[in-house]
Amino acid sequence: MLQVPILKQGGYLIASIQSVLSDADLLQLRDNLAERVGRFRSRGVIIDVTVLDVIDSFATRMLRAIAHMLKLRGAETVIVGIQPDVAFAMVQLGLTLEGVGTALDLEEGLAYLNTRTKQLPGHGK
Amino acid sequence: MENETLTEIRSAVDIVTARQRGRALALDLGFSGGDVTLIAAAISEVARNIVDHAKQGQIVMHRIHGKGDPGIQIIATDEGPGISDVAQAMQYGYSTRKGLGVGLPGAKWLMDEFDIISHVGKGTTVTMKKWLR
Repeated sequence: MLQVPILKQGGYLIASIQSVLSDADLLQLRDNLAERVGRFRSRGVIIDVTVLDVIDSFATRMLRAIAHMLKLRGAETVIVGIQPDVAFAMVQLGLTLEGVGTALDLEEGLAYLNTRTKQLPGHGK
Repeated sequence: MENETLTEIRSAVDIVTARQRGRALALDLGFSGGDVTLIAAAISEVARNIVDHAKQGQIVMHRIHGKGDPGIQIIATDEGPGISDVAQAMQYGYSTRKGLGVGLPGAKWLMDEFDIISHVGKGTTVTMKKWLR
């Protein structure tokens, strides 16, 4: 069973987290995204974490690992929908998503990817 | 209203269970959404510590009464290897294993009171409290 559905939208993939995730689900998400970025030749990935009630140290580490791994596969990642309380708890825990794109919501995430993927060299600029 | 809950921690799945029970209890006690999230995050970190270092243990959460204010107390116990240098383990960024080393010190920051007792070869008990203000 796929805990996190991954939609293909043009050159992007959108992973919408639907429920509270276990560690295994996050590992599964990582593997699925890495595979699909290759299969669909995606240039950008949005991970929507709106429903997450807590982003703890493990989830932070996984999100960072996913973003860095996808970067190595040639895709930009943006995390969208971190809720205010969740963000506050992350700050209190000293957790950062350094080197990972973040945006308010899906719309802003798409705008972020549009900007970022156009800046890649060798694509008509 | 349920005033006490015990969660056996045996695998990473139980971390989610513990945190959801803690969230429900904190909401019942009247904590704000922001505080509930902080409490859930702290539970997540201590539960993860059990899974990563002791493999199994348990988390008991219950309502407490201080000087007028009620609060929530969370006690995480395990019979794992214990921590030889607690001061070092409580240093931010110190990790013996795969973690970020923010778990226990992070949980301390999230709560009002935090106490850790550990004996090598016997296990670790973390007691933390947050008061409803």
